[in-house]
Amino acid sequence: MFDGGKRPLVEVEGLKMYFPITAGLFRAKVGDVKAVDDVTFTIYEGETLGLVGESGCGKSTCGRAILRLYEPTAGSVTIDGEDVLAAPPSELRAMRPKMQMVFQDPQASLNPRMTVAGIIGEPLDEHTTLTKPQKLARIYELMDKVGLNRDFANRYPHEFSGGQRQRIGIARALALNPRFIVCDEPIAALDVSIQAQVVNLLEELQDSLGLTYLFISHDLSMVRHIADRVAVMYLGRIVELATRDALYEAPLHPYTQALLSAVPEPDPNAESTRQRIILKGDVPSPANPPKGCNFCTRCPKVMDLCRSVEPEFREVAPGHFTACHLHNQTAG
Amino acid sequence: MFQYTMRRLLIAIPTLLIISLVIFLLLEAAPGDPLGEVPLTVPPEVKAKMRTALGLDASWYIRYFLWLKQMFWIEPMHLWDTLFGTHMADDMQRVISFQSRQPVMDIIAQRMPQTLIVVGSAYVIGVLIAVPIGILSAYRQYSWFDNLGTFISMIGFSVPTFFTGVVLIVIFAVKLQWFPMVYDTTLQVTDWASFTKQLKQMVMPVTVLSLFNAAQISRFMRSSMLDNLGQDYVRTARAKGLTERVVVLIHVLRNSLIPVVTVIALGVPSIFGGAIITEQVFKVNGLGQQLILAIHANDLPMVMTLTFIFAVLIVLFNLIADLLYGILDPRIRYD
Repeated sequence: MFDGGKRPLVEVEGLKMYFPITAGLFRAKVGDVKAVDDVTFTIYEGETLGLVGESGCGKSTCGRAILRLYEPTAGSVTIDGEDVLAAPPSELRAMRPKMQMVFQDPQASLNPRMTVAGIIGEPLDEHTTLTKPQKLARIYELMDKVGLNRDFANRYPHEFSGGQRQRIGIARALALNPRFIVCDEPIAALDVSIQAQVVNLLEELQDSLGLTYLFISHDLSMVRHIADRVAVMYLGRIVELATRDALYEAPLHPYTQALLSAVPEPDPNAESTRQRIILKGDVPSPANPPKGCNFCTRCPKVMDLCRSVEPEFREVAPGHFTACHLHNQTAG
Repeated sequence: MFQYTMRRLLIAIPTLLIISLVIFLLLEAAPGDPLGEVPLTVPPEVKAKMRTALGLDASWYIRYFLWLKQMFWIEPMHLWDTLFGTHMADDMQRVISFQSRQPVMDIIAQRMPQTLIVVGSAYVIGVLIAVPIGILSAYRQYSWFDNLGTFISMIGFSVPTFFTGVVLIVIFAVKLQWFPMVYDTTLQVTDWASFTKQLKQMVMPVTVLSLFNAAQISRFMRSSMLDNLGQDYVRTARAKGLTERVVVLIHVLRNSLIPVVTVIALGVPSIFGGAIITEQVFKVNGLGQQLILAIHANDLPMVMTLTFIFAVLIVLFNLIADLLYGILDPRIRYD
């Protein structure tokens, strides 16, 4: 649960990730795809921050930029007091053990020519001075931890099922005792029955190892299950950030309201009376976002102000942030 | 793997038999007479006797089976004899060249070293140049280096070897006189001076051929690297905090080499057959040049045997490429 007294572990400040668009004979730069545009948030130690949004809104890019798997355009990211974005390559590599990532596609994210032991053990070669037997012991320990049979250590990734591969990916991420893990849609490529197993594994590991997660997903029910706080992204920006209960019970931003109204109810009676907010039109191109509020082209509660002035991302209730002109007055 | 190899080798036998029949029938159907260059002053009855002596008056199927017997029965026995000093095939008829009345296999054995030295080293050098160029081009895609590499490989691809060869001869042999114009096959490497002479005469043919080979292989290497550089596992490797060198040279390169190695293996038969034109330009007395001479003179046994050997090499290296794939890529199993 969110606890105001906790220490912030990850601080993201004004993060921008623009991908240049080039055109013409000499590849002149003609614009930017603003995949992540001025994102600010904090993740506290031991908590799980859920990051939700529709496809293409910049969730994954945001996760990768935080770990500097991309070179962000602007902003700062501090993990455990160390500035990630300013570090030169050698220092960055030394920081890698602290921050890890579980990737979306467990098939593509494992090198097909390496055995499981090779995949899990490679970070140990790079960052530790363990002897061979110690390394093997550590590999076995990690495989036990994620529920993989030790006999599989010399097999190749293609010999496993999707759920097992994701366990390999998690074991690999855990190899160097990280403090912060970005889970980039770790369950999106898995069967529903396996999703629960992997999420439960992530929760168990969080409890036993004191991990901090940034959990990126488009599965709102799963985020409600695992996250302590939730951030909602739309077109490269965070539109609302609140504790899980506050966000799911009383969403403030019209986009969050529309998004949550799309979650099906398991109870058929409740499902039949569920009021869906259907948004009109498509998401604008991140290369050419609308003037004013990013959501003004589709917002059911749009005002004249929204089309000209960009709303500020501000705290409207304790721990509840949103970027919407509707709530600027209430915050005073 | 062993069973797979055996099965493939067994399948290769009927394949090669059919290939040999097709080659034979094509040569049979081709215009031209092996006695075409005999002077007109030779009386017709003498000509008929010569025809009988060459075995040309027999039906095509008899000559085909005779060739099969000579090629697969007598020639291996003769090889056994020369290797172990036995006398099994002493008075049996071997495959004889119409042109020189010498056994075809002896001529091939004489000419093989020239081809292997010149064309083989060109292939090796081409691969050694192409792989690093491909890696760097892909890693720095669209940089000036990549653009230069693309330009040079376009030249290597599109300009034929008989043109680049002649250009090199004009510049370096005629104008600058750095290298000899003609490759001297009789040169014996005995001391330092003859060794440098050998190197000098190899420079131009090897340059021409390796430019051509490197152009192809560097393109394969580049596109294979680009395929793999965009893969998710590369991001995983970076997230592990590995150095860029390890990421590129261990993770990406090893995966990228799988298709490239098979392409390189498939190109090996062309060492023996593909350099026909270049050998002709530089007067290297290799197998390719021999094939051209034999075709001009309607030397049917020689053309037949050389073409068949190329076919065997192609079938063999196809198998080797497939096996290499199985060894390099753990996802592929031959059971």
